[in-house]
Amino acid sequence: MTMSDIGLWSVPLAMLGGAIRVSTPFIFVSLGEAITERSGRINLGLEGTLVFGAMAAYAVAVETGSAWTGVVAAMLAGAGFGLLHAWICSFPKVNDIAVGIALMLFGIGLAFFFGKPYIQPAAPRLPAIPFGAWSDLPQIQAALSINVLFLAGIALAVALWWCFKNTRAGLIVRVVGDSAEAARAMGLNPTTVRLIATAVGGAFAAVGGAYLSLYYPGSWNERLSSGQGLMAVALVIFARWNPLGCLAAALLFGAAGALGPALQSAGVTQGYYLFYAAPYVLTLAIMIATSSPGRALAGAPGELSITR
Amino acid sequence: MDIQPSAGAVGVETVGMTMRFGSFTALDDVSIKVSAGSFHALLGENGAGKSTLVKCMMGFYQPTEGQMLVGSREATIASPRDADRLGLGMVYQHFTLVPSLTGAENLVISRPDVPRIIAWPKERKALAAFMDRMPFKISLDAPVRELAAGEKQKLEIIKQLYLGRRFLVLDEPTSVLTPGEAEELLGLVRGMTERRQLTVLMISHKFHEVTQFADDVSVLRKGKLAGTGRVAELDHKALAAMMIGDQPIAPIDSRRPTPAGAAAVLSVTGLSAKDRSGLKSIRIDDLTVRAGEIVGIAGISGNGQKELLEVLAGQRGREAGEVAVKGEPYGATRAQSRDRHVRFIPEEPLRNACVPRMTVAENIGLRTFDLGPEGRPVTWINSGGLKAHAARLVQQFKVKTASLASPIEALSGGNVQRAVLARELSGEVDLLIVSNPCFGLDFAAVAEIRARIMKARNGGAAVLLMSEDLDELLELSDRILVMAGGQLVYETSIADADVHVIGEHMASRH
Repeated sequence: MTMSDIGLWSVPLAMLGGAIRVSTPFIFVSLGEAITERSGRINLGLEGTLVFGAMAAYAVAVETGSAWTGVVAAMLAGAGFGLLHAWICSFPKVNDIAVGIALMLFGIGLAFFFGKPYIQPAAPRLPAIPFGAWSDLPQIQAALSINVLFLAGIALAVALWWCFKNTRAGLIVRVVGDSAEAARAMGLNPTTVRLIATAVGGAFAAVGGAYLSLYYPGSWNERLSSGQGLMAVALVIFARWNPLGCLAAALLFGAAGALGPALQSAGVTQGYYLFYAAPYVLTLAIMIATSSPGRALAGAPGELSITR
Repeated sequence: MDIQPSAGAVGVETVGMTMRFGSFTALDDVSIKVSAGSFHALLGENGAGKSTLVKCMMGFYQPTEGQMLVGSREATIASPRDADRLGLGMVYQHFTLVPSLTGAENLVISRPDVPRIIAWPKERKALAAFMDRMPFKISLDAPVRELAAGEKQKLEIIKQLYLGRRFLVLDEPTSVLTPGEAEELLGLVRGMTERRQLTVLMISHKFHEVTQFADDVSVLRKGKLAGTGRVAELDHKALAAMMIGDQPIAPIDSRRPTPAGAAAVLSVTGLSAKDRSGLKSIRIDDLTVRAGEIVGIAGISGNGQKELLEVLAGQRGREAGEVAVKGEPYGATRAQSRDRHVRFIPEEPLRNACVPRMTVAENIGLRTFDLGPEGRPVTWINSGGLKAHAARLVQQFKVKTASLASPIEALSGGNVQRAVLARELSGEVDLLIVSNPCFGLDFAAVAEIRARIMKARNGGAAVLLMSEDLDELLELSDRILVMAGGQLVYETSIADADVHVIGEHMASRH
């Protein structure tokens, strides 16, 4: 492989491309978590949903030969996990965080169990649009080859942001998430609203998984996820539960995640492994920077078990 | 939805309303007539059945017996939805607005027929037209959490009118308002009843509000209608007699003059601490409480009184400043509070002054359980002595409990407070810090607790009293300070105290 002579410019370019590639699962998982948390529940099980979604998408794509059928299958599986979480949490005195951790391990284990036969076969990949075709430089072509799901993620973030303000469903989710008492006084059933919100959140998270197995890295194995589902929870807090904030934060995390590979491709041979840890360091730094011992989190939905 | 002006006030009547929960009769044959366009007050102590009555009227409970007439026609109200349909609404004591939504969003989402997609330009126009007809002026664009308590209360009422209610139950609507805000709100509501836009049934325990604004009054006692009549024909004494019956009320000691040159017991200088949100600070430049006086701190809840109390009690860290008790720095350690006889009666005593699942005896012994007879620390706890000590205090302070071994959380609010008083007021007391001691308690308990505080003062204790109830402060204090926006903004001696001046200062930092 020849290195073109754009020198160190390849690092920011690779980071841009990487941000777009790596951020897509973050976008979907964080939007899913944002919907769930806006309704007043925390679903920590999204990591498990993501891994199971990745497996389901890959397996169905292999069996049917269609990547999109795989994505739909992942969404159904994710909605199923979301429903399971919300159903268990609808019983009195159940802690949503504990249930989330249990479901995370359950989802991962189940995915490994059913996914064993699919490590070998190759599945069809999701299509990408070559926005970089105008350029002769392979780096630019590579960076701007953008997957359809990334664009869908951006559209989804904008749509959700609009929906939270301008639709009945959006307002109802916010009401339930901020004050279950007020919701009941309006004749709304918080449990039902949370059931639906958690299911939708699960479906979105599973799409993030489908992207992992069907596009980038584009294969199914047991080390596919590197904790995207868990970091998305931190990301939602960082984004103050705002879908557009989730999009921006996901891009930031994606760029941080692309730092290691970018340095490697630019010919840095020493210490780049350290930069693979950049997203986790960023998570820690953000959590420390935005936390305080003496005050409540601004903008947090009032019904969350961590803020109530 | 077209927002129609409400079709005018409607009268509501209950006939022989009875509600039994098992063998307990919460409401016994209560008939109340609230005629159309009147302002009717419902008085009664806690547990007298006021909220049971209105819950029956609003369809939350199904009365065991009895009927409702709405607009002189018999009405079956099987659920809150039925009440909505008949135009009956209620404003609760706690706010039912959603804090993170704006006023406009709160109004629109509360409507039963919200469209799938909300066309905001059109809604805004309709809302502006609706607000033009309202006597209240408030901004609908700010998130509700940024509104002051008085504005929230107005928005609650606006919401009911927006939903087309013609009969409104207000449950202690002024409990979180300054006197000025309360007068304004009730004046506006009264104006609406005079124009016959609305009928109002107001639950209250403040006599002066009732006499000033209401047309009629009904009094409940132990689930029965104790009396009803025109407000103009009844005075406070008659109302009080109806409310409490013939139970004995503890008389309050007369105030002994504070000895001239009494020593400062508590002095706070240059204190600052972060409030709960972490965004604002409280700052107390100078506060002194001398022996034998009660210093009252007035203020609307959320203006830093709670934080000040927490700093003094050691529940919250301070950023700067000095707290001294009897001239020595005070850090709220157990040893210091024991050594200098500092005692606390915090608000929500079950949460702040008790271990809810420990027994009454153990809770009463929390100050002294690890001390021997000579006041020295002991290793082995003398549980017999603890029980005997508790038994003595329970009798002396008239704590009603099934047994000394029952968990303190099983006691009623008044008895929890009595148990805390028993613990905090026994032995030597040099500094007593009290916060909202009578919140939610009945007449007899309130009178007794106030009498005990006054007794401690006359016994030479310095008392710092924070309260949201101005009447309480006016009754007990020697000096009144006003706290607003985290600072002390006003001071007056009791002789010169004027409710309206105090109220203005309470609202000064909104």
